[in-house]
Amino acid sequence: MTAIAGIGIDAGSTTCKAVAVDPSGAVVATALEQALPRIADQTAAMLDGLRSAHDVAPGARCVATGYGRRLVECADRRVTEITCHARGVFDDLGRAGTLVDIGGQDSKVIRIGPDGRPADFVMNDKCAAGTGRFLEYTAGRLGLDVADLGGRVAAPGSEEQITSTCTVFAESEIISLLARGAEVDAILKGLHRSLTVRLVAMVRTVGWEPPLMMSGGVARNAGVRAMIGEALDTEVIVPEHPQLTGAHGAALLALEG
Amino acid sequence: MTMGHRLRLGAGSAALRVQRWRAERRYDRRAPDPGSPLNPPLRSTIRMREMMSRHYLAGRSVSGSRPVAWVTSGAPTEILKALGYHLVYPENHAALCGARRRAEALSSAAEDAGYSRDLCSYARTDLGSLLSGDTPVGSLPPPDLLLCCTNICQTVLYWYRVLADHFGCPLVLVDTPFLYGDAAEPHQVDFVRRQLEDMVPAAEAAAGREFSLDGFTAVVARAKQASDLWLEILERARHRPSPLTAFDSFVNLGPIVDLRGDQATVAFYESLLAELDERIARGVGAVKDERLRVLWDNLPIWYRIGPLSRWLAERGVNVVASTYTHAWGELAEMMDPAEPFEAMARVYLHPILNRSTGHKLAAMRRMVEEFSIDGVILHSDRSCKPYSLGQIDQRDRLVADVGVPALLLEADHNDPRSYAEEQATTRLEAFVEMMS
Ligand code: SF4
Repeated sequence: MTAIAGIGIDAGSTTCKAVAVDPSGAVVATALEQALPRIADQTAAMLDGLRSAHDVAPGARCVATGYGRRLVECADRRVTEITCHARGVFDDLGRAGTLVDIGGQDSKVIRIGPDGRPADFVMNDKCAAGTGRFLEYTAGRLGLDVADLGGRVAAPGSEEQITSTCTVFAESEIISLLARGAEVDAILKGLHRSLTVRLVAMVRTVGWEPPLMMSGGVARNAGVRAMIGEALDTEVIVPEHPQLTGAHGAALLALEG
Repeated sequence: MTMGHRLRLGAGSAALRVQRWRAERRYDRRAPDPGSPLNPPLRSTIRMREMMSRHYLAGRSVSGSRPVAWVTSGAPTEILKALGYHLVYPENHAALCGARRRAEALSSAAEDAGYSRDLCSYARTDLGSLLSGDTPVGSLPPPDLLLCCTNICQTVLYWYRVLADHFGCPLVLVDTPFLYGDAAEPHQVDFVRRQLEDMVPAAEAAAGREFSLDGFTAVVARAKQASDLWLEILERARHRPSPLTAFDSFVNLGPIVDLRGDQATVAFYESLLAELDERIARGVGAVKDERLRVLWDNLPIWYRIGPLSRWLAERGVNVVASTYTHAWGELAEMMDPAEPFEAMARVYLHPILNRSTGHKLAAMRRMVEEFSIDGVILHSDRSCKPYSLGQIDQRDRLVADVGVPALLLEADHNDPRSYAEEQATTRLEAFVEMMS
């Protein structure tokens, strides 16, 4: 078994992720848990878990990222999600490109330069619009499980128009559409479109370059993927574990010291 | 002024002098702070504080002895100065409230009275102060005249109408057509010059004094001198390491805005310039380990100046220049005491906020070059719409055409409720990582 040489911890708002890599950067182990209020304890326990299950090379380092990065006491260094995601994606793609990361609390678009570092980035404004929370919240309103949304949206069918990108206003639009007898799947499509329009504008802002990759929890949503690809006329690539991109990038940065 | 007033003013003034001496002595005897990422602040700032406090103190007992005018930051005040007016700048007063963390409560007072939260936070802070009587400067003298110039925004137009209604005093409005082209057309200069000439009788009537062209010429000459000096001061930031940060210039902006045209202002900026030259000669930078140089666009975030400056300095970042502080220096060359009305018409037509978004982009491109800038922070100010308009495109062009990293930072210059610390920090951190 190869020893762990670098560990990345991504303490996000919804989930907490850890990735351990060997000296060549190959992934040795991963972990993903729902985020708990006590980030310091949770991340320390995750790290202990990795360490007890695997060999750890002497001098192995840990980089923390995500909103809770400052609370990860065991980290040697803290780096923002932007830089970590760029690094993680660059490793997957092996070249420059653009990343759309939609997390629970924010969404960001990063143009990654030929050196694997961010060349430009934008993040959503200070509200839930354009984030995973938007879909979670509105799915809850429709009594659906967020995991089922993508499949329903990707299926053919009619589409209602949701004009608001604001989570709260979108809810009242849903209510009036339901009252008018609109179909749930058509409303869902409209909601996804509203989210996509916002994201596509962000992608254009960074002067995006193909290939386009998606990460974060929402990347698993086939509806969002298809709509973004269609709007930008490009293929959307999703890594095997889209939620681990940040932690993976952090682990690779840990290897660099 | 009554005898009592005079005595109180005299005592207050002496106290300010003693305060300054004490502060200077403390400064000279201070122990070095190896833990700070910043070198000691500029010593001249102590003198600036005294000047501004003296100005606000004078305002407390000026009523009855000198005419008082409340003016916008881009108003042609040289005419009023020539008539001996004591000037109050509500915007500067609001900034002071912001820097002292009083703006939120004052804004709420205005909101309680029905003013929208979408209104500029300077206007809300100041109207809140007016309605509640709460101000960190003791009191502001009521105006005999209001002077509003539209060269910064349209908000001031409505704000000053409210003030005119509140105080029941005359309001002089100087309307400056927006400049879409490179420079004002002759008919535009003519239009503003005539308004400046026309405001003289109104200002004379409210003051009960007679205007003298010689006096006006002398004020314009001193305003020009001070503005020239201010520009020179800002240009010193071209040195590496820069002897000052834009945060220093935000703080030392008071006299060039409020006390332009006074001899003391000229003397103050001469001493500030000398201090910077002395720093340059010793190779001392404002930031101890200046590695990255940043340009700032838009107003400062008054309630975060200190922490932000330190946070950036800890990462080797010096915000060396800003479009905002340049606004009070870049028009110096247009000031011509030989033709004061014509020249001041030009000056007040050309502030950055009265010009196209393309003009600001060009100015930023030039500054990136001149100040060897590694990155640009564009403060997207929720309050100041005219300054923030076009920033998204300006940012994109800076990145795409100039190849310099640029960040849009959402905040508000005076209202901390529109500032999300955690989100701002993440963006700034990522931005610094990107530049490094
Ligand atoms: S809107 Fe901008 S220019 Fe107008 S008063 Fe407010 S800060 Fe000043």
